[in-house]
Amino acid sequence: MQVRVKIRRFNPEQDAQAHWREYTLTAEPSDRVLDLLHQVKWYRDGTLTFRRSCAHGICGSDAMTINGRNRLACKALVKDLKQPITIEPMRGFPVVKDMVVDMTGFWEKYRSVKPYLISAEPLPAKERLQSPCERERYDDTTKCILCGACTTSCPSFWANAQYLGPAAIVQAHRFLFDSRDRGAKERLDVLNASSGVWRCRTIFNCTDACPKGIRVTQAIGQVKQWLAKVRLSRRKSVSKTVLSDS
Amino acid sequence: MGPRSVIRHRYDAVIVGAGGAGLIAALEASKRCRVAVVSKLHPSRSHTGTAQGGIGAALGNLETDNWQWHMFDTIKGSDYLADQDAVELMCQEAIEVVYDLEHMGLPFNRTPEGKIDQRRFGGHTKEFGKAPVRRSCYAADRTGHMILQTLYQQCIKQEVTFFDEFYLLDVLIQDGRCSGVVAWCIATGELHLFHAKAVLLATGGFGRMFSVTSNAHTLTGDGCAVLFQRGLPLEDMEFFQFHPTGIYKLGILITEGARGEGGILLNGKGERFMQRYAPTLMDLAPRDMISRAIYREIREGKGIEGKDYVYLDLTQLDPEIVEKKLPDITDFVRTYLGVDPIKNPIPVQPTAHYAMGGIPTNVHAQVVIDERQTPLSGLYAAGECACVSVHGANRLGTNSLVDIVVFGRRGGRSMAERLHALDWPTLPEDAVARTQETISHLCESRGEESVARIRTDLQQMMMLHVSVYRTERGLKEALAAILDLRDRYRRVSLQDRGLRFNTELQEALELGCLLDLAWVTTIAALSRTESRGAHFREDYPARDDVRWLKHSLANLREGEIVLSEKPVTISRFQPQERKY
Ligand SMILES: Cc1cc2nc3c(=O)[nH]c(=O)nc-3n(C[C@H](O)[C@H](O)[C@H](O)COP(=O)(O)OP(=O)(O)OC[C@H]3O[C@@H](n4cnc5c(N)ncnc54)[C@H](O)[C@@H]3O)c2cc1C
Ligand code: FES
Repeated sequence: MQVRVKIRRFNPEQDAQAHWREYTLTAEPSDRVLDLLHQVKWYRDGTLTFRRSCAHGICGSDAMTINGRNRLACKALVKDLKQPITIEPMRGFPVVKDMVVDMTGFWEKYRSVKPYLISAEPLPAKERLQSPCERERYDDTTKCILCGACTTSCPSFWANAQYLGPAAIVQAHRFLFDSRDRGAKERLDVLNASSGVWRCRTIFNCTDACPKGIRVTQAIGQVKQWLAKVRLSRRKSVSKTVLSDS
Repeated sequence: MGPRSVIRHRYDAVIVGAGGAGLIAALEASKRCRVAVVSKLHPSRSHTGTAQGGIGAALGNLETDNWQWHMFDTIKGSDYLADQDAVELMCQEAIEVVYDLEHMGLPFNRTPEGKIDQRRFGGHTKEFGKAPVRRSCYAADRTGHMILQTLYQQCIKQEVTFFDEFYLLDVLIQDGRCSGVVAWCIATGELHLFHAKAVLLATGGFGRMFSVTSNAHTLTGDGCAVLFQRGLPLEDMEFFQFHPTGIYKLGILITEGARGEGGILLNGKGERFMQRYAPTLMDLAPRDMISRAIYREIREGKGIEGKDYVYLDLTQLDPEIVEKKLPDITDFVRTYLGVDPIKNPIPVQPTAHYAMGGIPTNVHAQVVIDERQTPLSGLYAAGECACVSVHGANRLGTNSLVDIVVFGRRGGRSMAERLHALDWPTLPEDAVARTQETISHLCESRGEESVARIRTDLQQMMMLHVSVYRTERGLKEALAAILDLRDRYRRVSLQDRGLRFNTELQEALELGCLLDLAWVTTIAALSRTESRGAHFREDYPARDDVRWLKHSLANLREGEIVLSEKPVTISRFQPQERKY
């Protein structure tokens, strides 16, 4: 079939501004948008630039905005898309070239939630035990492939680039709800800060955008609930101290 | 375009590649010295993340198991070409490494008692081949994703220094000593010269030389190719594994774990054909055997509707098991084929999957340069790019993840430990000259050839003649074609001549690597006049231990490939006929 594709192009060495280019391609209905991009790059215009590696939705390289929605180019199929198919870089990160964006800020926020297991407890000779039920509590958020589709679909992030964003909160969730982790206290301040979870307005764009089907908004909600509880117990312990002082 | 600017760095150790092997090496080495990790992909994008089925270790969590059975299975699976001392170490250390990964936070699936869950996998047995055993430790069908994430997380915790999206172009070797690497910053186009006492390559495999593959676009064997161009040997390159169950036409992998959970293979007549080829293990026989069986069925007209695929049938499994334990592959099949694997069988065909061969190393991950195992000072390799050799002629499922963590860790350790005895090597005067030349040739060439066309021709030729079944005639035809493609490659021209994020240049460089490695693979396959593991010669269908119980080494000498041989270390298990 014939497919019309509109791609937002920007070459920093040539263009003052981004602009749209249109291509008509021959493709199969089952082709991926990534196949279309390859067709342009390999047979039409070698300067077209995008990241990609695995081509089946695992490595998280090729999140972009396709027909106005954030998706992985390797998981979006031609047959499911209205034409012309519009392809542009994720919104909210500086554009480096065509679909390639600068994700430095994204990785900084990722690091800021301490995305690693924190525990000083002595280790057993074998594995630590964890029941299937405990494992299930954080299963959903272990699926994250750090593609950035959620964060760059979030109006709160567009409004304020300081906002941690859904992806970093998902990472925090993965550890906060892991029965083996003891790092809750160390992550508290970042999550509770003015640029933390409270900026989330429960708009659900992130959940819609996630190519792994993670219930992102639900995970953020759970982190909020946890924080609310911590705040409450803090306030209680503060008022107790005040009382005993008097 | 004039020469590019060069930025200099100095680190005790440089690790190239940030998949499982590179990251665990970085964790080990950075405990003891200053380390930089250079990777063309952001670490979390590395291909280790796509591994599905599991990591093998004889934990014995569900039934009795022991590492000696694992060792036996690995050696038998390798068709007796693996070095048994290395396999012994690997199977022993696998257990401790899996516990370490759990301690780092890896979210394994759990048994009801809370231990790491384990499942069956091809070729893994109890009591030296009696029956399948549950040995694969897994996290749904995302084991690789969890390993990669966990190791990257630990690197962040340990504040490892990363150079992300830096492309390795050259390894500097002079007077028997490695002194660093040259890399290219993809974002800016600058060259970076890393002066180092030790370098470890962990650049992964090269399945992209075939047209149907489970491998990422970026798996182009760059590390192997650079060393080959530098005159170092590559080992056992004729052995390339085809995984029996790739999604038809796309090559996307359906893990062996699907058969471990009870999935079966069916031909066009609805027969469970593996009963005929491997009566004991059937659908869980090793990969080389099943891939050949599928090809044979297809040739005999017993593919589905007489076409070139068969079915992987999961419909008789409990749908909950499929959704829970195989969620990703279920999603792939639904997304890319529009087929629901709970209700319908999945069309599959063998897909190019894993390079058994690569850069020869010893068990300390030191690169060795001849049949006497002489190490090259300061140079290490681990992971799929290396050949220790623990997989011999055919790797068992779950054993690559074991290999990358066991030998990645050993490499990281041994490079850090040996550093203190080493002084700073001198960098060659013209350290970046070769690289500048390669790049400017590609950027300035006005030839009429295109990267994409040469690559497609290469991939199709390799699939046709250098895949599951090989013959002298086919291999000779492939060889002639590859030489012609190499010639065409010299006339490649690029449309993107810019400095910033020039992925067209990157693809051209990667194609250069594939062309080298395809050439070596074909020459080595032509020379080995026997059939062993994944290397099957229709004109020499039997294994020939008298002539060929040997590793092959391939060196580039004055523009020609010279082959030599290296003995196989056999300690405990004498070669037997391989039946399952
Ligand atoms: C789909 C699939 C499923 C698999 N499932 C399993 C399984 O269940 N169990 C199992 O044991 N094995 C499995 N394997 C095999 C296993 O996953 C791989 O062999 C293993 O992960 C390789 O790890 P690695 O660290 O050596 O390389 P990779 O993870 O491939 O990493 C290579 C690294 O090198 C870098 N690199 C490459 N070239 C350059 C360059 N020129 N410059 C700079 N950096 C460079 C890349 O950026 C990357 O970081 C599977 C493989 C595939 C494809
Ligand atoms: S290319 Fe890996 S997620 Fe799309």
